[in-house]
Amino acid sequence: MSGQATAPRTLFDKIWQSHVVERLEDGTAILYIDRHLVHEVTSPQAFEGLRMSGRQVRRPDATIAVADHNVPTSDRNKPIEEPESRLQIETLERNVAEFGVPYFPLLSARQGIVHIVGPEQGISLPGMTIVCGDSHTSTHGALGALAFGIGTSEVEHVLATQTLLQKPARNMLVRVEGALAPGVTAKDVMLAIIGTIGTAGGTGHVIEYAGSAIRSLDMAGRMTICNMSIEAGARAGLVAPDETTFAYVEGRPFAPKGEAFAQAVEYWRTLPSDSGAHYDRVVELRAGDISPLVTWGTSPEDVVAITGVVPDPASAPDEARRAQLQRMLDYMGLSAGQRMTDVAVDTVFIGSCTNGRIEDMRAAAHVASGRRVAPGVRAMVVPGSGIVKQQAEAEGLDRIFRDAGFEWREAGCSMCLGMNPDKLTPGQRCASTSNRNFEGRQGPGGRTHLLSPAMAAAAAVTGRLTDVRELV
Amino acid sequence: MQPFTTLTAVAAPLPEANIDTDKIIPSRFLKTIKRSGLGANLFDPLRYQDGVERPDFVLNREPYRHAGILIAHENFGCGSSREHAPWALLDFGIRCVIAPSFADIFHSNCFKNGILPIRLPREICDQLMQDATQGANSRLTIDLQRQVVVRPDGQEIGFEVDALRRHRLLEGLDDIGQTLQHGDAIDGYERERSASQSWMPAIAVS
Repeated sequence: MSGQATAPRTLFDKIWQSHVVERLEDGTAILYIDRHLVHEVTSPQAFEGLRMSGRQVRRPDATIAVADHNVPTSDRNKPIEEPESRLQIETLERNVAEFGVPYFPLLSARQGIVHIVGPEQGISLPGMTIVCGDSHTSTHGALGALAFGIGTSEVEHVLATQTLLQKPARNMLVRVEGALAPGVTAKDVMLAIIGTIGTAGGTGHVIEYAGSAIRSLDMAGRMTICNMSIEAGARAGLVAPDETTFAYVEGRPFAPKGEAFAQAVEYWRTLPSDSGAHYDRVVELRAGDISPLVTWGTSPEDVVAITGVVPDPASAPDEARRAQLQRMLDYMGLSAGQRMTDVAVDTVFIGSCTNGRIEDMRAAAHVASGRRVAPGVRAMVVPGSGIVKQQAEAEGLDRIFRDAGFEWREAGCSMCLGMNPDKLTPGQRCASTSNRNFEGRQGPGGRTHLLSPAMAAAAAVTGRLTDVRELV
Repeated sequence: MQPFTTLTAVAAPLPEANIDTDKIIPSRFLKTIKRSGLGANLFDPLRYQDGVERPDFVLNREPYRHAGILIAHENFGCGSSREHAPWALLDFGIRCVIAPSFADIFHSNCFKNGILPIRLPREICDQLMQDATQGANSRLTIDLQRQVVVRPDGQEIGFEVDALRRHRLLEGLDDIGQTLQHGDAIDGYERERSASQSWMPAIAVS
């Protein structure tokens, strides 16, 4: 027993407290940032701000830049046709050169979606504070890092000071116990969580995911879960680092090596929440209750089992909610009581920071193997990074996809948000492994159903939303 | 940053929950390298159809074309972290948003741009929404110094705001300049960390 008794702390408390540089008068902390990930869309105004005030990047060696949102996923050797996208990428390249920021160029295999690249390269590590001008920075929480999205003013603040002004979040625990049924993936678990707590359920909180169902997930699955923490309103998601985490990190290009790695692991083992640590809110789900899910509406909380039906606005608790449900059904072109498996799709998108890792490619290829994309369906597979693409090709997954009639493309954010040429046209309906089904998210007037990679592949080969358990 | 002290302006009612930042400014308008000029596409999917104004959308009607305050329902600004959302509001002329709740990142982004987000209970928002339907009389006053919203009939409603954020908004202070005054503390933290966590790798790309 040490003489000093400290109250049991959560994983979040530990990371937070070890990064407070100074506490200001009203409880706001100057929080130190270990890793800053930069992309082309939310950084130009931040670099411009530095330039105008004559400031430098304080820690280029803690910063990495990569273009992902705008990049075409077609032939990389051709110039970018869209002039505004080209300007944003050229601006990023000018800024990283001027400020000395490390950068993975477009033609490098290391290029990819920033949230795929960080963990893949060992840039994101347990116990760190990690930020990026992108809400899906929560992805890196799967490593047991405090990772969250920030605005462009904060990007400039981190570039200039390597800190952020933050107030501590509240602690929330989401525990999922039990074994996942066959055909149920991390994506389904997260959709179930969002369906349970709602899109504002985590506001003001950092969610720690725990329980045997989470522990048994590989790192890719944990990243899928943490990725969509923002869709539950939370600032960040966390999974305690364990042997799965250490095995994932070891040997990655930017991870500590040899003795340094051993020292790091020793530190990382102190991070998991202490027993008896206080959570402001606890939510429990039973893994066995979760089935393959899809969204039917225009908010990620609008989830239903693939075996279920479109909800009836008439059953809504009040008039406002009834009107909202009806508006969503009108937008989505669905009618109350319609079976989800009767919903035909014309587009399938497999990729994004939510589900663009090699494990996701394998899950989709497993379903696609020996089958054909249904007539009239455009199905695209967009690996999350050049490294994911190379690995998939080494495993022959590209061949499986191409033989089945899927498009096999270059890495980027692509149709998750439609900033590049990959977007839906009005009225098109997409089975998508991405993270947001907001109106117009994948293109103006486009309709999005969120689901897992295996379910997306199943929809591609049948031409309608499909229970993947019937195909495998 | 322009200081925020008091604001008297037309308030526009937008009685909808979960207004996400894709709806405030869709991704296709994020391909800019500037902060200005986004007001024309604020709420683009609600405001326009096939490039033509929808006459039923509030900001396409008088007096709300000149709104300086927006009143909405729960979870305003959810989704993407894009600061283009507050930039678009500001460019349109909106300097205050009142709602029962906000998404965290949007809420923080507002303060960085001289926009005041005010959280008030749903029933109060509904009352203010009612005030806001009074056409030319739909003017509210926001007094940040006294932390009150003044309704058209003179009734005052108090609101909470973080002390530090309030101070910086009132003075128009820039966060980076303020933080750099703590440069010694940051230097000290870095020295201590590089000693205690010498395993921490540096990023360099050749």
